[in-house]
Amino acid sequence: MRTLATIFWLSTKELRSFFRDWVLFGLVIYSFSLAIIAQAQSNTQELSNASIAYVDEDRSELSRRIVRAFLPPYFRPPVAVELGEVDHLMNTGQFTFVIDIPPHFERDILNGRMPTLQVAVDATAMVQAGIGAGYAQEIVQTEVQDFVRRRSGAPPPPVNLAIRIAFNPNVTTAWFTSVMGIMNSVTMLAIILAGAAVVREREHGTMDHLLAMPVTPFEITMSKILANALVITVAVGLSLYLVVGQLLAVPIAGSVPLFMVGVVLYLFFATAIGIFLATIARTMPQLGLMFILVAVPLNLLSGSNTPLESMPTWLRTVMQASPSTHFVSFAQAILYRGAGIDVVWREYLAVAAMAALFLGLGLLRFRSVAVQSS
Amino acid sequence: MTPAARLREVSHRYGRMLALNGISLDIAAGRVTGLIGPDGVGKSTLLGLVAGAKRLQDGGLEVLDGDMADARHRQSICPRIAFMPQGLGKNLYPELSVRENIDFFGRLFGHARRERGARIEELLASTGLAPFGNRLARQLSGGMRQKLGLCCALIHDPDLLILDEPTTGVDPLSRRQFWQLIERMRARRAGISILVATAYMEEAERFDSLIAMNDGKVLAIGAPAELKAKTGGVSVEEAFIRLLPESVRAEHHELEIPPRTAFDHESVIVARGLTRRFGDFVAVDHVDFDIERGEIFGFLGSNGCGKTTTMKMLTGLLPASDGSATLFGQRIDASDMSLRARVGYMSQSFSLYTELTVRQNLDLHARLFHLAAGDARLRVAALIEQFGLGEHVDQLAESLPLGIRQRLSLAVAIVHRPDLLILDEPTSGVDPLARDRFWELLVDLSRREGVTIFVSTHFMNEAARCDRISLMHAGGVLATGAPAALMEQRGARDLEEAFVGFLEEAAAEAGAPRAGDLVVVLPPADSHPEPSPSSSFSGRRMLAYALREALELARDPVRLAFALLGTAFLMLVFGFGISTDVNSLTFAVLDRDNSFESRAWLEELRGSPYFIEQPPITDAADLQDRLKQGKTMVTVELPPGFGRDLRRGRPAEIGVWIDGAMPFRAETIRGYLEGLHLQYLADRAIHGHVPSAAASGGADIAVRFRYNQHFDSVYAMVPIMIALLLALIPAILMALSIVREKELGSIVNLYVTPVTRLEFLLGKQIPYVVVAFIAFVMMFLMALFVFQVPLKGSFALLALGALVYVMATTAYGRVISTFTGSQIAALFGTAILTVLPATMFAGMMVPVSSTTGAGALMGRLFPMTYFVPISVGTFTKGLGFADLSGNLLALLAFVPALTVLSLVLLPSQER
Repeated sequence: MRTLATIFWLSTKELRSFFRDWVLFGLVIYSFSLAIIAQAQSNTQELSNASIAYVDEDRSELSRRIVRAFLPPYFRPPVAVELGEVDHLMNTGQFTFVIDIPPHFERDILNGRMPTLQVAVDATAMVQAGIGAGYAQEIVQTEVQDFVRRRSGAPPPPVNLAIRIAFNPNVTTAWFTSVMGIMNSVTMLAIILAGAAVVREREHGTMDHLLAMPVTPFEITMSKILANALVITVAVGLSLYLVVGQLLAVPIAGSVPLFMVGVVLYLFFATAIGIFLATIARTMPQLGLMFILVAVPLNLLSGSNTPLESMPTWLRTVMQASPSTHFVSFAQAILYRGAGIDVVWREYLAVAAMAALFLGLGLLRFRSVAVQSS
Repeated sequence: MTPAARLREVSHRYGRMLALNGISLDIAAGRVTGLIGPDGVGKSTLLGLVAGAKRLQDGGLEVLDGDMADARHRQSICPRIAFMPQGLGKNLYPELSVRENIDFFGRLFGHARRERGARIEELLASTGLAPFGNRLARQLSGGMRQKLGLCCALIHDPDLLILDEPTTGVDPLSRRQFWQLIERMRARRAGISILVATAYMEEAERFDSLIAMNDGKVLAIGAPAELKAKTGGVSVEEAFIRLLPESVRAEHHELEIPPRTAFDHESVIVARGLTRRFGDFVAVDHVDFDIERGEIFGFLGSNGCGKTTTMKMLTGLLPASDGSATLFGQRIDASDMSLRARVGYMSQSFSLYTELTVRQNLDLHARLFHLAAGDARLRVAALIEQFGLGEHVDQLAESLPLGIRQRLSLAVAIVHRPDLLILDEPTSGVDPLARDRFWELLVDLSRREGVTIFVSTHFMNEAARCDRISLMHAGGVLATGAPAALMEQRGARDLEEAFVGFLEEAAAEAGAPRAGDLVVVLPPADSHPEPSPSSSFSGRRMLAYALREALELARDPVRLAFALLGTAFLMLVFGFGISTDVNSLTFAVLDRDNSFESRAWLEELRGSPYFIEQPPITDAADLQDRLKQGKTMVTVELPPGFGRDLRRGRPAEIGVWIDGAMPFRAETIRGYLEGLHLQYLADRAIHGHVPSAAASGGADIAVRFRYNQHFDSVYAMVPIMIALLLALIPAILMALSIVREKELGSIVNLYVTPVTRLEFLLGKQIPYVVVAFIAFVMMFLMALFVFQVPLKGSFALLALGALVYVMATTAYGRVISTFTGSQIAALFGTAILTVLPATMFAGMMVPVSSTTGAGALMGRLFPMTYFVPISVGTFTKGLGFADLSGNLLALLAFVPALTVLSLVLLPSQER
């Protein structure tokens, strides 16, 4: 009872401090609004505005049809170039795709001679190269088939492959990146806020003062976790409703309350790791440097940027221990696939376990470190 | 003789606060002028203005016969002024040794190596620092640090020496030695003008002339004797108090301490052989004492002698390494909450939450000590009354004057009515009147409520008020007893003399070297180093900064480890982890037909290296579930009659669902499947099942993946990661470097020494460019040997590009560092301003040619955009200079552009 009262009063103090610090307050607002919108609109994961050039050595109706078929938003309007320029243009990265329509292409098609049309792809532009090559093939093939069918009246192909994308029919990247942006912001802010709250007390000498009172490290830690988690939970809720739901108009399939439970669990982990780092760092700058070494990999390797499946097995195994991976996984399950607790409970359990682990480690180091370095 | 400095109607503001209010005075040349007054009355501002460290806002100021508003005059007299800012060794570099510190200043003032060497030896010998030449400045005691500061100030023979509270927090012996040093130096070097601020009124007695200040105004000017005569005070302190305006003085009356009446000889604190070590360093060495109930026990000693550590052991904050201590007869145990409830503690730094109001602070502490709600309300009200906090109740603690803050701290410390109060330097920095007021409260607590008070201080007159004191030095207690008894023991006139006596005795026993005589020859006054036209660029001064920064970096294992090991770690993790190769994709089949034809189609899928098959799907509900759980990424449904339709030439359809939770993956899967399907159609055509033209479409589309035939992302990602990490980490390191000087105070050397901003900026950049280049070489080797990415192009070109690139990225961090005010702001500012453009708009995932709008602009203004083509181009494309020269030139343009921006943002004086 006394413990609860102490935690309660310390938490109110934390909240008061937070709302007085305009820089941190601004950082929270930015992270859950502008940062989310910027990430949602940056379109890193779909083919958009790919730069394309063409060499038309045929100058036939078919070649013009093919060129015209490359349309925004996937491709920029194709630019006509000369054959001799292609190497230099690709070397300097001005075009990611160049299609070369050989002489007599249309004539050879109609004569059934199977002419070869070349699509050169800058394979160092990893995200666009693979998807774009597929699109380019499909576009050319479709144009050629339409053209042939119109001229010869041949039947359509016998087997049609009807591909549908579940949960995100138009493959809108913003649906994905906006929610992943929330996860990135949660990781970043929870670590900074909780870690900075501890280091700040130590640098100001108020930590000594607290520990000389009938207050335990557990109570101090819990108050910081609760206060910061509360701030971020509210921010996530608002961001999910206003930014993701209203502004970006992302349809949410599953239960938002269930998702928020997951957010709270994840926050316990992230604030606990922030406090743990603060017990290792001696100063604010050291905390900052450590934060970058921890938070950036947590975010980038969680499956929110590139698919987990493309990592080597050992790294994928390591990342299975990271709650950020589980967060991405249950966020996708709940928000897009409409999954219920029966699907995500294992993920929740894993996150909770890691949170408890870091909370324990932080408490273990707390007393000795809190005093010595002040 | 013209005055050394002449002020006319000088005012200075910080925001809305007026620090100096229309001050006019002359500072005589060739004399020692003292500035006296409590903290926060504008002493430091005045000194900073005269030294040229602060920009003149309002009024006229002439120093050494020239106008300080004129930048050329300031530059030209820089070598003739020396400035020691407030704070122990504030303008020194703690990670540099004594000798390196002096050497650095010698370089700034343009001395050649031989001359520097000779001067350093002279100065070290005369200050008694010679045996400690290789010790790091941060390991010096306060007194030694101030002597070192003096060495650094004197190395260039200034005509005007400006000292801001040079002896605050220094033990009395060192203080005495410091003034002796100044005296002897004046004797040798007649004509030097010295302007000094002090908080010790005793010191002021010996200055030639005094300027008494209060509240941004001058109260009086005159020799100490004149001031005393004018006011009728017997000491400068008394004279000062009498000079204060009536309204301030009204509350003041002589402090009287009633004798202790109730002597119960019960010991409240008992320490036996109390010892604390930090590594090799013994902070507290076998300390013993007994403190009785109701006693005011003083703990006297300089900064860093172990007072704070002892107090922390008594509160249970620090465990003792050896020995024992008991409170109220109980052993101190950090987990014993009942003991803590009987102790009130006021730590050295104000133990207040400055962002809370007075009432909120009191309420919070009452709650944390578990006072019942009603009791807490009464107690808080009583304390507000008793401590005279009524008019400040709803003010934030940070906006309170120092004296009132200290009263609040005390109120907070006794909110739970403790039996024992432990107060760590509660009055440092507080003006004499407020200090008396504070002591009244302490005396009241001790005599009326019987509270035992254990208080540390470095003010002798406060120590004299205690019932008993302990003199502490270098971790040990020199003597304990009633102040009068101690004076008697040494036959001293006052407590200070007694303390000095004990210190000298201890030093003699330890065989410590005494300060040598000033043998110095401080060379004839005309031997100023050649007055180099100081506005021009000096390579020597730039290298002085480069060398210093490099030494500091080499001695900061955390930053260095972050720069190199952190880079390697991130390179390893990202190199393996960030990959756009999509494989290990799971699929499951619902084959409702199960015919030869359906199996033929599935064979195509099963043969693909990208896909892994899971157990077949049983029905439509199962299909939905699989997708929902995210275990299956692709479901394939072949309708009943698929084979029959196909055989009869009727159109048939295969239904595929792809998990769209991750769009990039979904798109890639779609691409794979369409490829497989085309392959299937082509195979059927070859086997003659369908007419050829319709199936193949008649065209052969040859996709050529250039530069990377196997389309393996490692060949692109690893060179891009090199570019990414060289954008982030050098920028962050550099961003901390300048703001760090701002926070620690050594930035003042830029303002008051001849070093120019350009020399400062470039000098500090050089070591980080070197470190970043080492990081580049390391990552290059990792790319070759860990990731097996061969270099197809020229190493020389890549290395040249990397060199220019790290010059640009460090310059980028430097720009952020020049406009931010704190290390934490610089750190997160840099993180935000680099991570977003680096990962989104600089060609990491999406080619720059595909970005539009604001993103494109951000990308084009970020150096990484131009290095990615160089890195990828030399590694994977095997390109040469012809194709990459444009990018190289663009990178090159960043360096001067960002440097000019830093120059504009970096002020040459403090506001």
